[in-house]
Amino acid sequence: MNNETPLLSVRDLKTYFMMDEGVVKAVDGVTFDVYAGQIFGIVGESGCGKSVTMKAVLRIVEPPGKIVSGQILLKRKTANGEEQVIDLAQLNANSKAMRDIRGAEIALIPQEPMAAFSPVHTVGDQIVEAILLHQNVSRREARTIALQMFKDVGIPMPEQRLDEYSWQLSGGLRQRAIIAMALSCNPRLLIADEPTTAVDVTTQAQVLRLLRRLQEQRHAAIIFITHDLGVIAQMASYVMVMYLGLVMEQGPVDEIFHAPKHPYTQALLRSIPTITMTPRVNLPTISGSIPHPFNKPRGCPFHPRCEKFIAGKCDTRIPALQPIGEKQWVSCFLYHDGEVAA
Amino acid sequence: MGQLFLVPRWGGGRVTNHQTSQPSNYSTIKLLEVKNLKKYFPIRKGFFRKTVGNVRAVDDVSFFINEGETLGLVGESGCGKTTASRCILRAHAPTAGELLFRTKEGSLVDLAKLTRAQLRPLRSQMQMIFQDPYGSLNPRMTLFDIVGEPMYVNGVKDRKERVERVAELLRLVGLRPEYMQRYPHAFSGGQRQRIGIARALSVNPRLVVADEPVSALDVSVQAQILNLMLDLQKRLNLTYLFVAHNLSVVRHICDRVAVMYVGKLVEMANTLELYAAPKHPYTAALMSAVPVADPRIKTGNVELKGEVPSPANPPSGCYFHPRCEFAVEVCRKDAPVFREITPNHFVACHRADELRLPGIA
Ligand SMILES: Nc1ncnc2c1ncn2[C@@H]1O[C@H](COP(=O)(O)OP(=O)(O)OP(=O)(O)O)[C@@H](O)[C@H]1O
Ligand SMILES: Nc1ncnc2c1ncn2[C@@H]1O[C@H](COP(=O)(O)OP(=O)(O)OP(=O)(O)O)[C@@H](O)[C@H]1O
Ligand code: SF4
Ligand SMILES: [Mg+2]
Ligand SMILES: [Mg+2]
Repeated sequence: MNNETPLLSVRDLKTYFMMDEGVVKAVDGVTFDVYAGQIFGIVGESGCGKSVTMKAVLRIVEPPGKIVSGQILLKRKTANGEEQVIDLAQLNANSKAMRDIRGAEIALIPQEPMAAFSPVHTVGDQIVEAILLHQNVSRREARTIALQMFKDVGIPMPEQRLDEYSWQLSGGLRQRAIIAMALSCNPRLLIADEPTTAVDVTTQAQVLRLLRRLQEQRHAAIIFITHDLGVIAQMASYVMVMYLGLVMEQGPVDEIFHAPKHPYTQALLRSIPTITMTPRVNLPTISGSIPHPFNKPRGCPFHPRCEKFIAGKCDTRIPALQPIGEKQWVSCFLYHDGEVAA
Repeated sequence: MGQLFLVPRWGGGRVTNHQTSQPSNYSTIKLLEVKNLKKYFPIRKGFFRKTVGNVRAVDDVSFFINEGETLGLVGESGCGKTTASRCILRAHAPTAGELLFRTKEGSLVDLAKLTRAQLRPLRSQMQMIFQDPYGSLNPRMTLFDIVGEPMYVNGVKDRKERVERVAELLRLVGLRPEYMQRYPHAFSGGQRQRIGIARALSVNPRLVVADEPVSALDVSVQAQILNLMLDLQKRLNLTYLFVAHNLSVVRHICDRVAVMYVGKLVEMANTLELYAAPKHPYTAALMSAVPVADPRIKTGNVELKGEVPSPANPPSGCYFHPRCEFAVEVCRKDAPVFREITPNHFVACHRADELRLPGIA
């Protein structure tokens, strides 16, 4: 796909939740590469495994969930400047190495904004603590960095806001404060999990613009998760579409929106009202509903809802994610015969 | 009692061509006219809970909804959409203003002035669909009880008749009648929203207030519910007040749209006109912020700076002036009047006549 080594390379990642009632295969063989400076978008409907994939990368999957197999390869520089690729899946989740990476090299804007800050400490104190944890600076210097971050993300009266609690901030300001905290240690990879679902359109536009600017200035990579196809189209340069723990399709944003290959991507794009279509006509829908994770269909996970499914094939075998053409990757038997070994 | 369920109760006015339908296929008989509606919430402080001020959640709002049409109500969080909706349904007692409603019998009543007892016979004509398909259904009630309760309250006491009508309603919203004895937890988000719609329709309402009915749903489910709402409207001649923040969805569903900002209406017009040629700088800013699902169309070019002011302490003059790039002296001093600038296009901006603002599509 690209000559340089990816910053993050996830290979056939599986993360399951071992519940009393059965196993939830939340992430069931996911593969993708993220390059420096890229905004990598992940779309998919609720429960398809977007957040769990990212929790696995950060090694913060809560029990009874665990990484069952696969690799999470992170390219990084060692203390003496050598380039190194390490497999995060092999590290102990609580090891020093992992703690050094989490927050400093890979930062997260979590899906629940209230989870980002503790209500009993001021936002400023929490950012200062995060900086002290990862950087060799004094408390006073950390405060200066925090203040600069608040200025960078456009928080008015930053000095005063640092001394407030997260619940005193409006939705838009809280989201900016979370971004400031995530960026305070200058991560090379920022994972933004639905960073704008809780805010208004105008605030959303501000947050998206801010993230785009930061990505340009710092040349950081951003993994951007959302179920809003409009936001993905505006933000991402590369897009991955997920369904029931698997990757259906991935490719450059223009190909995904203008030449989608997978029937699920096609159906998803048809089902949203757009500002250019004739109003008040019936929207094409996807028949049926997303199956319960305990009742995953055999074969291609999408086949019971797929208009083009091939009987005897799609309902028995699982298509592999394979390249078609120069840029796109699709897991669908309409395009190739590759299947996942049972 | 034979039900005229699928037959519109009111024949005139609306001729609907489903595939190509475009605005104004509704009647021009006003089903509801809201005049100078105000809802203030007192801010209380201290031991004696003395009132120290007011949250002007809805502040002198006037609009109308024609029979059979869908009016969209949009605006940022906290601008008063839900409060206005709840006043119309008299879940809140308005602080001031008139709510003129044309009853089934054709008489005009002011809902704002009715007592609870006087309202009761009218309740069935106005129903609500809620945002949260999870929180709005009682988990200990079966579908039969959830959907059948409002009609029981409205006098359908015969169980067999209720069973028949609940079955018919479930079919109407695309659920199987066999599900009647199940509990809500056994259903997906989209199915639960259908249950909420069936419940709202169970008493043959004429006005349906839908407060963010698809916001909590996944995109594929959202399309199903939007189709259902359009279909039911056509079949039952329903009138919708559709509260939402997704402007692409609003454009798809609504004949006309009203835009709210800090408790006031700033603009109201036919949907396509509003989107293509907004007259209020706030509407234009909202339009420009819509993320279009096409990477070749770049949006978000006009950045709206600053934050929405608090309705407890709004700015002077035009409430939008601190964020408005077109603000002039008069904007800081005088509140602009909400006026009809061209037929059916209402706007509250001092500069609406001279400004040429970009829209979308
Ligand atoms: N702690 C947990 N215990 C059990 N199952 C879990 C847990 N967390 C997630 N899951 C399951 O894993 C699957 C994937 O969840 P995930 O949170 O990744 O979805 P998502 O794509 O982020 O959805 P959303 O858009 O709603 O955030 C779901 O079926 C979910 O129920
Ligand atoms: N019961 C109440 N007591 C006091 N203030 C209230 C009450 N209900 C609403 N408000 C205030 O009135 C204003 C309008 O709230 P409302 O819920 O109507 O907004 P909204 O437009 O529906 O917002 P959202 O998009 O977030 O649903 C807000 O400032 C809110 O805090
Ligand atoms: S009245 Fe003035 S401040 Fe208000 S929207 Fe119009 S130009 Fe802007
Ligand atoms: Mg998630
Ligand atoms: Mg509301």
